[in-house]
Amino acid sequence: MANIARQRILTVIGKQGILIAFMLFMVIFALANSNFLSLDNLQSVIRSSAILGVMALGVTFVVISGNLDLSVGSMMSFSTIVVLDLHDKLGPNLAIPTMYLMTLGLGGFIGYLVGYLRLNSLIVTLGMLSAIHGLTLTYSGGQNMDIADKSNTWFGFFGRGEMFGLPVPIILFILLAAFLGVLLAKTPFGRKVYAVGGNPTAAAFSGIPRARTVFTCYLISAFCVATAGLIQASRSMGSQNTVGQGYELEVLAAVILGGASLLGGSGTILKTVIGILILGFIQNGLLLMGWPFYVQFVITWIIIILAVWLDISAKRGKLWASI
Amino acid sequence: MISDFIKRNLSTSAIWLFIIFELLFFSIAGHYLSFSDGEFMDLGNMLLLLQQSAPIGIIAVGMTLIMVNGNIDLSVGAVFAIAGIVMLDSMTWGMFSGLGDWVIIVSWILALAAGALLGAINGLIVWKTGVDAFIVTLGSMLGYRGLVFMFNGENPTSHLNWTLVDFAEAQFLGFNTATWFLAGSVLVIWLVTRYTVHGRNAYAIGNNRTAAVNAGIRVGPHMVINFVIIGFLAALSAVVFYSGSGSVNPNDGQLYELWVITAVVLGGTKLAGGSGSVIGTLGGVIAIQLLRKGLGYIGADTSTVNLVIGLILIVVLFLDRQLNVKGAQELKV
Repeated sequence: MANIARQRILTVIGKQGILIAFMLFMVIFALANSNFLSLDNLQSVIRSSAILGVMALGVTFVVISGNLDLSVGSMMSFSTIVVLDLHDKLGPNLAIPTMYLMTLGLGGFIGYLVGYLRLNSLIVTLGMLSAIHGLTLTYSGGQNMDIADKSNTWFGFFGRGEMFGLPVPIILFILLAAFLGVLLAKTPFGRKVYAVGGNPTAAAFSGIPRARTVFTCYLISAFCVATAGLIQASRSMGSQNTVGQGYELEVLAAVILGGASLLGGSGTILKTVIGILILGFIQNGLLLMGWPFYVQFVITWIIIILAVWLDISAKRGKLWASI
Repeated sequence: MISDFIKRNLSTSAIWLFIIFELLFFSIAGHYLSFSDGEFMDLGNMLLLLQQSAPIGIIAVGMTLIMVNGNIDLSVGAVFAIAGIVMLDSMTWGMFSGLGDWVIIVSWILALAAGALLGAINGLIVWKTGVDAFIVTLGSMLGYRGLVFMFNGENPTSHLNWTLVDFAEAQFLGFNTATWFLAGSVLVIWLVTRYTVHGRNAYAIGNNRTAAVNAGIRVGPHMVINFVIIGFLAALSAVVFYSGSGSVNPNDGQLYELWVITAVVLGGTKLAGGSGSVIGTLGGVIAIQLLRKGLGYIGADTSTVNLVIGLILIVVLFLDRQLNVKGAQELKV
């Protein structure tokens, strides 16, 4: 009995390599700087990771279904600019739902192209990255967007507000992660997402509608992007057209770091959250140790490749590829 | 027979038809919409267009080889910046101070070697670890950019050498230096893909990897060679570009990977590998540059360019699916 239990523990450790790395980093940073584990610091890290984190939740769905989404960065710029502009024209009550509808429309368009027309998701979303950026610039006329009267509105609640002693972005992140985590792990829809990404042929023969599942994944991604845009807009109350530029690859890095395979069929919401937190804590830990921000780029590079390499070599049973 | 011939050649010649369409459209539309007096199809304008397509074009040539082989390289923008920094900075190093203008050659070699080395690192990681090239180069895109910043912080690296600037601005047989480098890379890589064992093997690997392995082709070394080539070409592109401008900003080259991939895909190269040509890529590069210039000429702003290029990419992908018989069958499943 004891033997079996020990084996099970070992498999769990093997599967949770990224979690162990995460702990290791926390310990190193905590030893290096006493402020690192203070409640204020932890809160500020999670708070600044919340925007990327919310986007990563949606991208996790897309990646598990076997596709990519490179358009989330420019889509997030779009929703930020739109909600800021509409805030002054329609007021926050109408601006927020309108922005969500417009972003979902874009997500639905991508979902239609990738799901129903079966176009390659990498190129479609690459094209949409450029197209949505153009759309944003056309919408704003190239100008920065600002809310005229910043003090007299409750719009700042989503980015600056606090509830139950926690900043609202963190609460939104946790709520969304919990909801999407349950959706992915515990519902028939979640199983379909894994099936479509893991083995499309088997899924097709089992009568699982690939097109509709992929379409829904892109809608979920767009919903998350809209939420991220809302947090960003509400926090800064003003924005450039390029606010989300480059986020798509950072988000993807976090999702991959969490152990999702680009081939689809694997990954979980919890692991994506861990991936985001690792990136956030590395950035913060290096800053606290007085290292410049670009050192984290190099460290992220090494961690991503090591994480994926260990994952792959565990699956094939050998460290080095044999070709 | 004839329909076969058309089908076979449509994917490669479509981009040139599109370029002719663009030329006609902008010339005619320009008569009514443009505020400038000059004709769009002016010789000087076209020469400038070729010169401006060179930085993206030279990298796109290498990307064609990578994508034919079934891989992708997202780190080219960062390699571009590193090579630029190596070239400009090495000209100021004390140990080369006695060389006079010969230092240019030394710094060019150093920059090109740096590019090839960074490419080799990517290739070796892809080969030895078996991690997907998309992930490896996504990581090294961040990592190499970090190296760029480590070099000089957030400050630009600048050094002007007037001999070098003269060389970059020089013209030979009416074409600019940059244009010659673009033409040279296209020619060399075209010869490589057509007439060398390495080139043919790259297509074989991209088309059917398992079959290539079974046929005794060593997949790994070919991948590494391709990554070395694209690293070298990204450095060559930087060397040509920064010879003229003389200053590297640490953010330079960002989003180049996306422009390059767009050009290659427009040129008819398949993402899945095994098919595509350097000539098509040249067409893709020129088509994008024409679109940018043409839309500017008829008074549209940059936002429209982004919108149009993005939508064209999707339309091309859609038409490709419809024309491709295999793709059309998949569409019905």
